[in-house]
Amino acid sequence: MIHSLFLINHTGDIFLEKHWKSVISRGVCDYFLEVKEKAVEPENVPPVLQTPHHYLISIYRDKLFFLSVIQTEVPPLFVIEFLHRVADTFQDYFGECSESIIKDNVVTVYELLEEMLDNGFPLATESNILKEMIKPPTILRSVVNTLTGSSNVGDKLPTGQLSNIPWRRAAVKYTNNEAYFDVIEEIDAILDKSGMTVFAEIQGVIEACTRLSGMPDLTLSFMNPRLLDDVSFHPCVRFKRWESERVLSFIPPDGNFTLMTYHVSSQNLVAIPVYVKQNISFFETGSCGRLDITIGPKQTMGKMVEGLMVTVHMPKAVLSVNLTASQGNYTYDLATKVLVWDIGKLNPQKPPNLRGTLSVQSGAPRPEENPALDIKLKIQQLAISGLKVNRLDMYGEKYKPFKGVKYMTKAGKFQVRT
Amino acid sequence: MRVMLVDHNKTSQCFFFLSVLRNEDLKEMLESNKESLKLEAMKRIVGLIAKGKNASELFPAVVKNVANKNIELKKLVYVYLVRYAEEQQDLALLSISTFQRALKDPNQFIRASALRVLSSIRVPIIVPIMMVAIKEAAADLSPYVRKTSAHAIQKLYSLDPDQKEQLIEVIEKLLKDKSTLVAGSVVMAFEDVCPDRIDLIHKNYRKLCNLLVDVEEWGQVVIISMLTRYARTQFVSPWKEGAMFDENNDKAFYESDSEEKKDPTEDKPYIMDPDHRLLLRNTKPLLQSRNTAVVMSVAQLYWHLAPKHEVSAVTKSLVRLLRSHREVQYIVLQNIATMSIQRKGMFEPSMKSFYVRSTDATHIKTLKLEILTNLANEANISTILREFQTYVKSQDKAFAAATIQAIGRCATNISEVADTCLNGLVLLLSNRDETVVAESVVVIKKLLQTQPTQHSEIIKHMAKLFDNITVPMARASILWLMGEYCEKVPKIAPDVLRKMAKSFTVEEDIVKLQIVNLAAKLYLTNSKQTKLLTQYILNLGKYDQNYDIRDRTRFIRQLIVPSEKSGALNKYARRILLAPKPAPLLESAFKDRDRYQLGTLSHSLNTKASGYQELPDWPAVAPDQSVRNVEIIEPVKEWAPSLGKAKKPKSGDKFYSDEEDEKEEEGSDSSGSEDSSSSSSSGSSEESGSESEEESSGTSEKTSSDSGKSSTGSEGSSSDSVQNKKKKKTKKVVKKKSKPAAADSDSDENGNGPVASSSSSSAESSSGSETDSEGDSDSDSPAAQKKKNNVKSKPKVEVKSKKEVSLLDLDDFSPAPQSNTPKSAVLSSSLLSDLEGLSLSNVSPTIQVTTPSFGPMKTHELLHHMTGKGLSAKYHFPRQPCLYQPSMVGVQVILTNSSDHTLEEIHVGERNPASLNIHCFNTIERLEPEASVTVSMGIDFSDSTQAANFQLCTKEDGFSVSIQPAVGELLMPSTMTEQDFSKEQGKLLGMNEISETITMATANTSSQAISKQVLSVANLGVVSSSQSNFHRFAGRTVSSGDLVLVSLEVKESCSALLTINTEKSVMASMLLRDLKQALAQA
Repeated sequence: MIHSLFLINHTGDIFLEKHWKSVISRGVCDYFLEVKEKAVEPENVPPVLQTPHHYLISIYRDKLFFLSVIQTEVPPLFVIEFLHRVADTFQDYFGECSESIIKDNVVTVYELLEEMLDNGFPLATESNILKEMIKPPTILRSVVNTLTGSSNVGDKLPTGQLSNIPWRRAAVKYTNNEAYFDVIEEIDAILDKSGMTVFAEIQGVIEACTRLSGMPDLTLSFMNPRLLDDVSFHPCVRFKRWESERVLSFIPPDGNFTLMTYHVSSQNLVAIPVYVKQNISFFETGSCGRLDITIGPKQTMGKMVEGLMVTVHMPKAVLSVNLTASQGNYTYDLATKVLVWDIGKLNPQKPPNLRGTLSVQSGAPRPEENPALDIKLKIQQLAISGLKVNRLDMYGEKYKPFKGVKYMTKAGKFQVRT
Repeated sequence: MRVMLVDHNKTSQCFFFLSVLRNEDLKEMLESNKESLKLEAMKRIVGLIAKGKNASELFPAVVKNVANKNIELKKLVYVYLVRYAEEQQDLALLSISTFQRALKDPNQFIRASALRVLSSIRVPIIVPIMMVAIKEAAADLSPYVRKTSAHAIQKLYSLDPDQKEQLIEVIEKLLKDKSTLVAGSVVMAFEDVCPDRIDLIHKNYRKLCNLLVDVEEWGQVVIISMLTRYARTQFVSPWKEGAMFDENNDKAFYESDSEEKKDPTEDKPYIMDPDHRLLLRNTKPLLQSRNTAVVMSVAQLYWHLAPKHEVSAVTKSLVRLLRSHREVQYIVLQNIATMSIQRKGMFEPSMKSFYVRSTDATHIKTLKLEILTNLANEANISTILREFQTYVKSQDKAFAAATIQAIGRCATNISEVADTCLNGLVLLLSNRDETVVAESVVVIKKLLQTQPTQHSEIIKHMAKLFDNITVPMARASILWLMGEYCEKVPKIAPDVLRKMAKSFTVEEDIVKLQIVNLAAKLYLTNSKQTKLLTQYILNLGKYDQNYDIRDRTRFIRQLIVPSEKSGALNKYARRILLAPKPAPLLESAFKDRDRYQLGTLSHSLNTKASGYQELPDWPAVAPDQSVRNVEIIEPVKEWAPSLGKAKKPKSGDKFYSDEEDEKEEEGSDSSGSEDSSSSSSSGSSEESGSESEEESSGTSEKTSSDSGKSSTGSEGSSSDSVQNKKKKKTKKVVKKKSKPAAADSDSDENGNGPVASSSSSSAESSSGSETDSEGDSDSDSPAAQKKKNNVKSKPKVEVKSKKEVSLLDLDDFSPAPQSNTPKSAVLSSSLLSDLEGLSLSNVSPTIQVTTPSFGPMKTHELLHHMTGKGLSAKYHFPRQPCLYQPSMVGVQVILTNSSDHTLEEIHVGERNPASLNIHCFNTIERLEPEASVTVSMGIDFSDSTQAANFQLCTKEDGFSVSIQPAVGELLMPSTMTEQDFSKEQGKLLGMNEISETITMATANTSSQAISKQVLSVANLGVVSSSQSNFHRFAGRTVSSGDLVLVSLEVKESCSALLTINTEKSVMASMLLRDLKQALAQA
């Protein structure tokens, strides 16, 4: 399946290669680099490419290209999903997934890749299993290893690998047993010029952090499970149980994981927490334009809107901006033409406002389309869909865990067209 | 060297030093006798390999370390070896013996990694060695090693394709493997080596379908795509006209079997093969997977295999994937684009999910546009066009141009909006952006061609705009339009030609060609006005720099200007130039993509990728479906042999697992008792652990049989199978059909030794009450089954009364999960975990579900920690037959030390009444603070609910406690057929019958709910019933073994007639009261 993997940075340097079958020359990447040159933005490189003898499937993440070489027919999503899993694993192990950190940990990276694939077929992709085989690097451990000569590599087959719950380590022990669940909902919306909702939906995710000893069997139930329209689960969730009773029953992995993601049925009207009044215009004569944006609370359910931020991708012709913000501050990146207005908390009494002039390159045609506004916001203690966790029960172990549920609403892909 | 050593920790993986270090230094480090130095050197070498530098000359120095004890060093050497062995074949051979030795290592992990490396060394000389190693590993006890061997098959095949035949044998063997771990890898090998040997799949088809949910996600993808192909060869098309679609489909998850039973009985034109349905049903849950590849593969399976009306089940899941990474979106959108051409309705409800955001990547935008265009219909076109208006203004001009094309397509597809679109496009002609205008012109040109109606206004408008349009393609298009429709704009066309004659020399080539064309056409239609102009233009063209234009000019001149040389062609000039031209087809770029299987690389690239397996068309007539039936392999000799042989026989009877697995899943649903089962299971496993110390090994085996018995015994169906099995055991009847599958697997695994039984028993114990052994595979007639059941109920009692414990008896009962705990001491831990890997259930091996699958387990307080001076005790009835004496009721007591000091010598003291027959637990020597321990006791209540009083003593104190059983706990489930039930009921009339009309809560009216409520009250077995409104439960009292028959006839609305027949009339009235109460509450 996956023949080789090349890691390429955004400038086009190949800084790591790994082959699971016979070696393929890195010359194969030239095809890719050629396409990359043509595509202005790295995002625009098509994920699947064909070369005379190979197929190249790549992902672009954290300013790195993960390029895999394929020789025969394989579902492309299989490879893409796996490459993302690799990137996730690096993130998990090293805290970030960047060129420098991968170079610094090249041996661990190699050991990981060796375990993750055998002959191009995924072998162990669960973080809990990998961590039993190859311990993540920590400063303390590297010091200890140097002194004692012990290694980072386990010599036992991780227990999870054989069991039906490969996601969980065996013999987990904590002094404080705790299970936290974060219900995070994101509003994806497109608002048109006049503030009407063109499209809005809620995507939710339940992130869990469980530190529980032994083999706990958890059951999480909701007050209003009917809200959930489409769901996907971590493999630990017993699907049949959900089908019949609408409860999540699972033996959790150890540590952080995504328990489920869901989509709230589109019949429910989505509450849009803020309104945006905007007026961006470029004058026909003279090389300038005007910008005036006001944001105020709309349906916030009485909660505070925080982390408010507006991003505007200005047309290329806009040279500079001269604005005043009634709250927060703004930055304009001359190179990328991105205007960022960081507002912070939304004051319901005094809606924040940003206004001023834009200076446009003289001679350039008037930009035809006004730039869309991307809104970011956060509302703590609220799941905008109204989803509520009813209770969490634990079976199979005798201790009483500390349980907690937190709700949060965020703006996902929240765009205002102008 | 020293400098390096000092900070080699900090910079151990740093690239700086690599450049400084020369190979000699590395060699020196490798040859030193310090482990840390060697490791350091290897790390640097791996760093070199990662960078793509050549490190092959270090081979001799590295290969020496292959047998090093340090595991990390060893692994790094493996990495090196695999990378360079191909180049240094002779030297690589030095390492082979090390791997051969490691292949015999007791540690499965070492065996597996040795095989991995050995098979990765691409040295043709060792092919025979690899072959032997693979064959051995394929029969290894550890599923992990077997999985590795499946991977090795592919490696060997790519190294030496001549080994194909032998490898197929190994694949055939591994396909029979029941471990979920192996399934994905072996199917992968199958696809690689012999994808055409579809006959190897037949016998494993049902097993694979049923295992699928438990296979790891990557394996799922491979198996699903293989099964898609398989299904296309084996089943007939469900898409035929007048096809019958069973409405039960949606219910399939809940009551899968009823549907299957119905299928063959109904006489309809198309009946889906039960195996076909099985595949669809078992893959559906995977749509909820978090792995996008799995979701996609299920979606394509539905697309290619499911009846048309069921395909829309995948819509939501596919739309969900659009939230994922950009690359995922790209692939998913491509597939949706192909689907949406054929099936608009599927994605129309989620149309808004395809709205474009300005931040999307260009290829994503274009795909979304494609889909929106495909989805457009009369109803939604206005919405879509409004959306398109926004896109046209996009700063991304390539995208804006694509939008204009999309508008053009909408206009051709939906005639109602054609005019609107055309007008909109004309407005765009005044757009400032050239590309937009150009694209509009091109699209308008195409549209006008397809619209035979009068559009002279638009052509005139375009002629006016002509001066402002600079894009050559657009100018050329307008000129072409003028020429084509010159008769509709008789005044303007010659004028345009006049203008063009002026600017001919500065135009682009493509425009010049169209000028020549226009001139020629005008000459033919309006020669009076344009004769001179045309000649002028033809002269200009004659001396043009471009030979194409010169050619064209010469050709046109000969064609239109009559001369003596031109001959006959001249007459046809008009017909040649002004022939009605067919309108260009505006259609999706994804139109022909459906020739490739969805979700494949070929589909994504729209070319056939190497190794692409063509998806076969449905056969006209379904091949013999009995090939998928699996014969039972009579597990005769498996009892005696050592545990080491356990695996082989099991792989033979693959079909067993299917039913168990299925049952297990359904069971857990219907009864909804996983909470209770899991909570109590840990208790029970602890219990058996503690028992194992006090009990002899013989008893512990008895434990397993007994507890297993109870766990299954409570449900009619599963104990049915137990009974079947028993009958088979005692009479040695060889069954040919697959019917008593579950039963057989139990006995089989059990036969291998109690240890192996955990998986099957857990599966079985949780099996649902309403499932019966007549699965879809069940080809036996019900009558035959009944006959068996008739025979069996009597031997059962005999066996129970038998006191001796033998392995044979053990087989008569469903095996118990606990059995592996007491035995574990005997086994090596690795073996144990191997066997755990075989488990097919969803639950972890350590929390085996041992309790019957109903109702929450009620726990009662025995001793409060305040009164008990820190000792608290709770008890519950595990509903397992007591292992001490058959007449006793098993009770589990959980003792917890809530005090701050250690409690010592906890034991049972005096009893009251003194005659009370209690089997006490062994004295607990110490119980630490906060610790708790679960012990089990047996109490003979003599079929009365009189409390058992006894003293619970510690070293210092004694506390009087009492256990009062509910009447339902004094029963044992009993299994019988409907006929037996009626017969027995007939004997227990009059005094022995008690009945009452009761009112049930509305929530309890479904048969599942009734079973659940009844079983939560009383430890009874379900008697399968042919009437849906009649529910029957049977049991025996524990002490005397008297029959207790409960029947419930559901009347209209919520009332029901509850009848209890038993000789124990006191118990009957108490049971009646309890049941009435339970059914009344929701």
